[in-house]
Amino acid sequence: MIAFWILALLMIASAVFTVTARRPVHSVVGLLVNFIALAATYLTLQAEFLAVMQIVVYSGAILILFVFVIALLSSGVRPFDVGPDRMPRILVPAVVFAVLTLAGITVTALHTPVTVLQTTPTNGTTGDAGAFGSVANFGVALFADNLLAFEVTAFILMVAVIGVVLIAGDEGPGGVVRRRPKRVIKREPILKARPPSPELVEGSG
Amino acid sequence: MNVAPENYVALSAVLFFIGVVGVIARRNPLIMLMSIELLFNAANLALVTYARAWVNNAGHIFAFLVITVAAAEAAIGLAIVAVTFRKEPFVDVDEVSALRG
Repeated sequence: MIAFWILALLMIASAVFTVTARRPVHSVVGLLVNFIALAATYLTLQAEFLAVMQIVVYSGAILILFVFVIALLSSGVRPFDVGPDRMPRILVPAVVFAVLTLAGITVTALHTPVTVLQTTPTNGTTGDAGAFGSVANFGVALFADNLLAFEVTAFILMVAVIGVVLIAGDEGPGGVVRRRPKRVIKREPILKARPPSPELVEGSG
Repeated sequence: MNVAPENYVALSAVLFFIGVVGVIARRNPLIMLMSIELLFNAANLALVTYARAWVNNAGHIFAFLVITVAAAEAAIGLAIVAVTFRKEPFVDVDEVSALRG
């Protein structure tokens, strides 16, 4: 009971810090605190496997990706920071829209008959093998009952990898624009000096 | 569960609210992407809460899918950010026109 309120305060504070921080690195730190607190919240909800995955995937992979990109972008001359933010100008409509969202979600949640079911006993307590939310329980649910979801997951990750390679790889939009002129400048004198013979043109291509 | 599920869902809604404000009001694309991660996490918290309330694993599977989509989204979004803003000293999504159709 006390743990939930501590975690809730921690999560809200770190989320506010994430959104309002001036520098993205500070946002990453706030987001890290948020993710770890969320993992602990998952533990209070008997979702052990998801808690571990939250820490491994989010804190271990996604946040490190953010840190890498920040380091990549800030390696220029000037320190990496943003210009004037829209925060003061758009804060009022943003808060209005978000409060409407909050009200909608809350009203929907409060009209859902969850309270009746909250005392439903689970099979076993947290930590038991095969208990609700344990690795064994999750594995059976994922690989036996919801195999299609697992395969869709693999497909999503494959599409993401291909997309990242296409966007950020050497042959991507940035790479082509940078490298094409160099090659043309290098090859033009050679082609002019030697009259075009079919073998040379084919071999150099 | 000692705490009522409504509290968890309200916490999820508050986190979603903070994330929406971040996406709308910030113009740094990295912080916008982090706010989107906050939105994903808020949705995940609601899913896990309902999974626990109904003692049904389907919510966990959905949360697993959402984590995967979040990872893919972060990878692609950060790749776009890295390519778009590689030479820019300042980062501002309002000044990007390279992705215009």
